[in-house]
Amino acid sequence: MDAVVDVRGLCVSTRDEQGADRLIVKEAEFAVSRNAVLALIGESGSGKTTIAMALMGYARPGCRIAAGSVRVGGTDVLALPPRALADFRGKRVTYIPQSAAAAFNPSRRIMAQVVEGASIHGLMPRAAAEAKAVELFRALSLPEPGSIGRRFPHQVSGGQLQRLMAAMALLSDPELVILDEPTTALDVTTQIEVLRAFKKVVRERGTTAIYVSHDLAVVAQVADRIVVLRDGEIQEQGATDRILVAPQHAYTSSLLQAADPTLRSFRQADRRGDPGPPLLEARDLVAGYGPAGADGRPAAPVLTGISLAIRRGSVLGVVGESGCGKSTLARVVAGLLPAARGRLTLDGEALAPGAASRTRDQLRRIQIVFQTADTALNPARTVARILGRPLDLYHGMAADRRRRRVRELLDMVRLPRHLAERYPDELSGGQKQRVNLARALAAEPDLILCDEVTSSLDTVVGAAVLELLDELRRELGVAYMFISHDLSTVRAICDEVMILYAGRKVESGPRQTMSMRPLHPYTDLLIASVPELRMGWLESVRPAVGEGPGKPRYADAACAFYGRCGLRLEGTCDRRAPETQRLAKGAEILCHRAEQELLAGQAERSRTISAPVTVT
Amino acid sequence: MTNATADTLPRRRRRWRVSASGTVGLAVVGFWLVMTLAGPSIAPHGSGAMVGSEILAPMSREFPLGTDYLGRDMLSRILWGARYTVGLALIATLLACAMGVALGLFAAVQGGIGDAAISRVLDAFISIPSKMFALVMVAALGSSLPVLIGTVAVIYTPGCYRLARSMAVNISAMDFVTVARARGERTAFIMREEVLPNMVLPVLTDFGLRFVFVVLLLSGLSFLGVGIQPPAADWGSLVRENLEGLRDGAPAVIMPAAAIASLTIGMTLLIDNLPGRRRSTVEGH
Repeated sequence: MDAVVDVRGLCVSTRDEQGADRLIVKEAEFAVSRNAVLALIGESGSGKTTIAMALMGYARPGCRIAAGSVRVGGTDVLALPPRALADFRGKRVTYIPQSAAAAFNPSRRIMAQVVEGASIHGLMPRAAAEAKAVELFRALSLPEPGSIGRRFPHQVSGGQLQRLMAAMALLSDPELVILDEPTTALDVTTQIEVLRAFKKVVRERGTTAIYVSHDLAVVAQVADRIVVLRDGEIQEQGATDRILVAPQHAYTSSLLQAADPTLRSFRQADRRGDPGPPLLEARDLVAGYGPAGADGRPAAPVLTGISLAIRRGSVLGVVGESGCGKSTLARVVAGLLPAARGRLTLDGEALAPGAASRTRDQLRRIQIVFQTADTALNPARTVARILGRPLDLYHGMAADRRRRRVRELLDMVRLPRHLAERYPDELSGGQKQRVNLARALAAEPDLILCDEVTSSLDTVVGAAVLELLDELRRELGVAYMFISHDLSTVRAICDEVMILYAGRKVESGPRQTMSMRPLHPYTDLLIASVPELRMGWLESVRPAVGEGPGKPRYADAACAFYGRCGLRLEGTCDRRAPETQRLAKGAEILCHRAEQELLAGQAERSRTISAPVTVT
Repeated sequence: MTNATADTLPRRRRRWRVSASGTVGLAVVGFWLVMTLAGPSIAPHGSGAMVGSEILAPMSREFPLGTDYLGRDMLSRILWGARYTVGLALIATLLACAMGVALGLFAAVQGGIGDAAISRVLDAFISIPSKMFALVMVAALGSSLPVLIGTVAVIYTPGCYRLARSMAVNISAMDFVTVARARGERTAFIMREEVLPNMVLPVLTDFGLRFVFVVLLLSGLSFLGVGIQPPAADWGSLVRENLEGLRDGAPAVIMPAAAIASLTIGMTLLIDNLPGRRRSTVEGH
């Protein structure tokens, strides 16, 4: 076995405030053989990116490669002088970062940036480099490979940028490509296309690659071997199929378990099906940005004709890809973006569209929790003060009662009481999200709008936050509107699910109906796109129709999903907007196709939907 | 659930680390602030007392910094003058920054028409050359302390406003401000509690920088003869009235200039080394 990469006893250290060295990577040892893909997997802070960087002889500011050896293609990387190292990077080892959007210079054309590395290293003449780039664009199944290089980065989608980044990395035929979470920031449907393109190119060109990720299901599709990391130490390594089927380390098993939401033990039964009037009801909401036109529709509509109802103590899941308007829906309900048309009622009482004209009590009863706890907490205020403010504002509590209540709230979200005097930047991501949630609870609301609350958290931490949400719902009877791009999470914790596409509600119904056929073609696509924790899943998924998410091209007249629909009817779907129809399974969908036609179309698919989530 | 306690990040101590040059700056600025308050009481002579027999005398035991063009003790003149230079500049800068920050916060948090109106009016002020504006104001209203303070404050408000507004706009776009809005907080609360605490450091830095400009502008006005009027004198007028001593290298002209230089350089050193809370960057996942 000839190893392209051979890492022995690698230690990376950082210096803390007291000036003591602390190891963040401890004695890492692994090897990658030629034409193989090795995955480094772990949660944030596990040292996976640090190891990947060390393979290029790089340590981030404040870090130092303390010991060990890294050999790439026979070269001792750590012994290279700076000049040789500069030559080595970008030529023999290349790097694809998580966010291609941030890695591209927005003011230069794509082609100039893709061939830049090759010209810096003087590998080939510019014309040859461009020809090769076009060939790579084609191999990565990018649209219009001949001319896409003339565009600017903002003119292509996120998934396309990520593939263009891959083209840049592969241009110099490197011995090793490092992919650092290249699909984490993408929607599931886009992720499939990117993964498929990556895999094809890696296989065709015989590239040796290291794939850094936190997502086991993704890794299962692309990697030959997996290295499991935790706190800078390798827990386990082995062939992918062995790790997935027979993990030897307890930590690996816990990762496997957290990755599969159907294994989470949510108590679904005793949902308090309060039959009274819904807590929150919305009728035909239209909202967007820009001045309203003659018909009352905003210049750039984001949401069109959304109706929903949330019962007391129940959970409504809102699912869709980025840009579908799900966060806008939360902002409309919270009154941050006044709806242009439509009606909102809270407990039968009309709600003013803007927060400024709602009563304080109405504001108290609807609270919003944002995705990124980092920016949702004022960094200049202590936790006690952040939690104390709603107590003072809504309940007029005096200082000592407030202090007691803050302690209770911290207990409620399972945080130690001494954190009250901390500032947000002294807390970990999961703790911040709990404080974020506690602030909403401080108001004693009836409804909490959760906007992607677990998306920026590690799987294990995210699962704990979900569990907490479920517990609070049972104890306090609070209702949630749970917004997420992740259908499997939503299916696991919500009573009702609503699927948004391009600002329209394409399917809605009780949770169980989301795993019963027929589905709206978009729901079907979403479900099929969630990576499964088994090898070979990627190959079994039917390639999607159309050009990927984006603005609907067929304007208002057509079905918004027409461009990507596998079951579209030419002459109907691109001419008329579909009507809502009720299916026998109890869900409503927005589609021209009759129930039987959908059923037939979806049965034809090679892949079967996993058995409906059993209700326990 | 139990690991929620385990993953607490280590508590970082908020230490005020001041570098060597920052210490020097602090010492110089601190010295002049003390002189502003205590100068007149420790000065050996009165501000206007003609005590020397010789004019533009060099340094001597009796007159450590020599005498001026009328034979007055230069050390006493500079100590008395500190009150005008430092005190006036401090009041004017405080006024300018307070107005600029308040307007900037309001414009950023309120947005819309209010923002546009304030911004355009202050943009118009920016377009007027500052020295010219000061000369016109003094010519029209006569030179007095309130006029000087008011003029300087008006001149420096727009710059401070621009800076405060641009920072406040960024902060207002953060989720925690959105949460405050959704909670139903008033504009004044959002300005004071949510936005202001997150821009204190840049505002302080800006304050120091503007203070330096104000000292130079006031000294410049006095040098031109439209600032502080005799017999009172700030450091700028001290330089001007003793200008004839320049040929002989009399300390009477060099010392007030050195005082201006030391104050401005000291302030610059201090603000360059203001301790900032560095926020740790989180590893991407």
